[in-house]
Amino acid sequence: MVVNAASYSYAGAAQPSLRGLSLELAPGRVVGVVGPNESGKSTLCLVVAGRAPGVIGGRLEGSVRIDGVETASMRPHELAQRCGLLFQNAATQLSNTTATVFEEVAFGPCNLGLPVAEVVARAWQALRAVGIESLASRDPARISGGQGQLVALASVMALRPSYLVLDEPTSELDPAGTRLVAGVLSRIARETRAGVLIVEHKTDVLAQIADEIVVLERGAVALSGPATAVLGDPRLAKLGVEPPAPVRLERAVRTSGLEWSAALAEAIE
Amino acid sequence: MTAPGSTPGVPLAAGSAVGGPAAAAPSTTDSAVLGPAARVPSIEFEAVSFAYPDGTRALSEVSLRIEPGESVAIVGQNGSGKSTLVRHLNGLLRPTVGRVLLDGRDVRPIHVARLSGLVGLAFQDPDRQLFAGRVAAEVEFGPRNLRIRGRELAERVRAALEEVGLAADAGTNPYDLGYSRRKLLALASILAMRTPVLILDEPTTGQDARGVARVREAVARASGEGRTVIAISHDMRFVAESFRRVVVMRQGRVVLDGAPDGVFGGAAWAELRAANLEPPLPAVAGARLGLGSTPTDAALVAALKRGAG
Repeated sequence: MVVNAASYSYAGAAQPSLRGLSLELAPGRVVGVVGPNESGKSTLCLVVAGRAPGVIGGRLEGSVRIDGVETASMRPHELAQRCGLLFQNAATQLSNTTATVFEEVAFGPCNLGLPVAEVVARAWQALRAVGIESLASRDPARISGGQGQLVALASVMALRPSYLVLDEPTSELDPAGTRLVAGVLSRIARETRAGVLIVEHKTDVLAQIADEIVVLERGAVALSGPATAVLGDPRLAKLGVEPPAPVRLERAVRTSGLEWSAALAEAIE
Repeated sequence: MTAPGSTPGVPLAAGSAVGGPAAAAPSTTDSAVLGPAARVPSIEFEAVSFAYPDGTRALSEVSLRIEPGESVAIVGQNGSGKSTLVRHLNGLLRPTVGRVLLDGRDVRPIHVARLSGLVGLAFQDPDRQLFAGRVAAEVEFGPRNLRIRGRELAERVRAALEEVGLAADAGTNPYDLGYSRRKLLALASILAMRTPVLILDEPTTGQDARGVARVREAVARASGEGRTVIAISHDMRFVAESFRRVVVMRQGRVVLDGAPDGVFGGAAWAELRAANLEPPLPAVAGARLGLGSTPTDAALVAALKRGAG
């Protein structure tokens, strides 16, 4: 997936939300996107997944290509299999047309016209992957916010797209759920060679799974590079991004005039 | 902001019955006129159980007392009943079994409109809360329903938007704001009601470091004014640093309840993990180094200094 000098403005907006942004996502890689509120992270998700301007309008300059093909020229069912998108607000992702969580997760593969056995197999596999088989018979409208987020993620995974674009997939999850999803994404990238683009405020999650990090500021790339380097960069906090807990803790100790000892480093391993 | 004694917008005279016959409308002009009439109620869940219509049992015999002015974080795994619990406080849900008491009085007969003057609840999903065409109109809606008008109304809207950093966006359509700012707007619209009890469902979700800092300041300010603040959160750092009491829920029950020192201390970790939670990193570091319970960065640094000294 190659984004080349993309500038994007929402319909009617005076200012562009992305300004000449370029990035690359290779199969099997996990790229984390961070940045302050309104720096263009969600817009980037919509643009790379071909939903903006394709579905929601607006104006795009530059190009977004998946496996060499312009997303703008892809039809919806092609796009859905090439690039899955998880919305920031999981509630808006759910179809509101299904009576059970199982049907909700099967909804996407069904729409691809796959054989029933394949649809069922994919739905169960996605439910199992995110640890929510026990919710299969529940009404999607009557589950908790965090459970809804896992259902939305399973629905995207059931389409088995070659690229996954996830806008804060763990925002409403408890710490165990967060760890589970991080593990799943990391495994999908490694085992199925899917490329994963993940917007995430929890930099601890990115420290665990991201190969590279892109920091956005006012619609442009402010900082990018290997995850460890970017997450330890002192400029991160100035850009309004909370560093991972170990980095933050080490800074707090040093700032207080104490030494960051080997014992301390070991204690946070 | 106003002092606790003069918190306006509370249709409760001292000693008056919650939900009593048509309480006097709050002052529409000077909040100070209300004087000491405004009062923060105690909250009590008395063996509350709740099942949704589809049979899902969300709360099992929850008993919990929250004193006026406490700051309480409710944590727990997804689907453990946290949101269900707090929705009992503003009448959105009524217990299947048991009672919810405000100042010792059962809330069951009290109308939702009446409770909304006492208990402000900012939803987890802002899109279920926002509906107005302009940011300022959104924030006005709550206090308007509490019959606040004129200068007092304008002042409340201004202060609430200022507090969440949206002062420059008063004329914007809420849906032209990104998710994180819609969430802050949902918070502002509850802050403007200046209710004696403030409930925030996952307030830091989707916020950058600055947004989290604003939420923390709002919590600290409301607490400082003597109001009761209850927040649901998965953000253990926010919980440990901003709240004096932590309630842990698992499968519809309260399994831990105490100060952050206790709840995040080594002795409670097994129970925390059973609830899908993890102690904050400074707590882990402190325990491994034998420094006692250090749930925050500041507590760890202080313990290290004591050790070095």
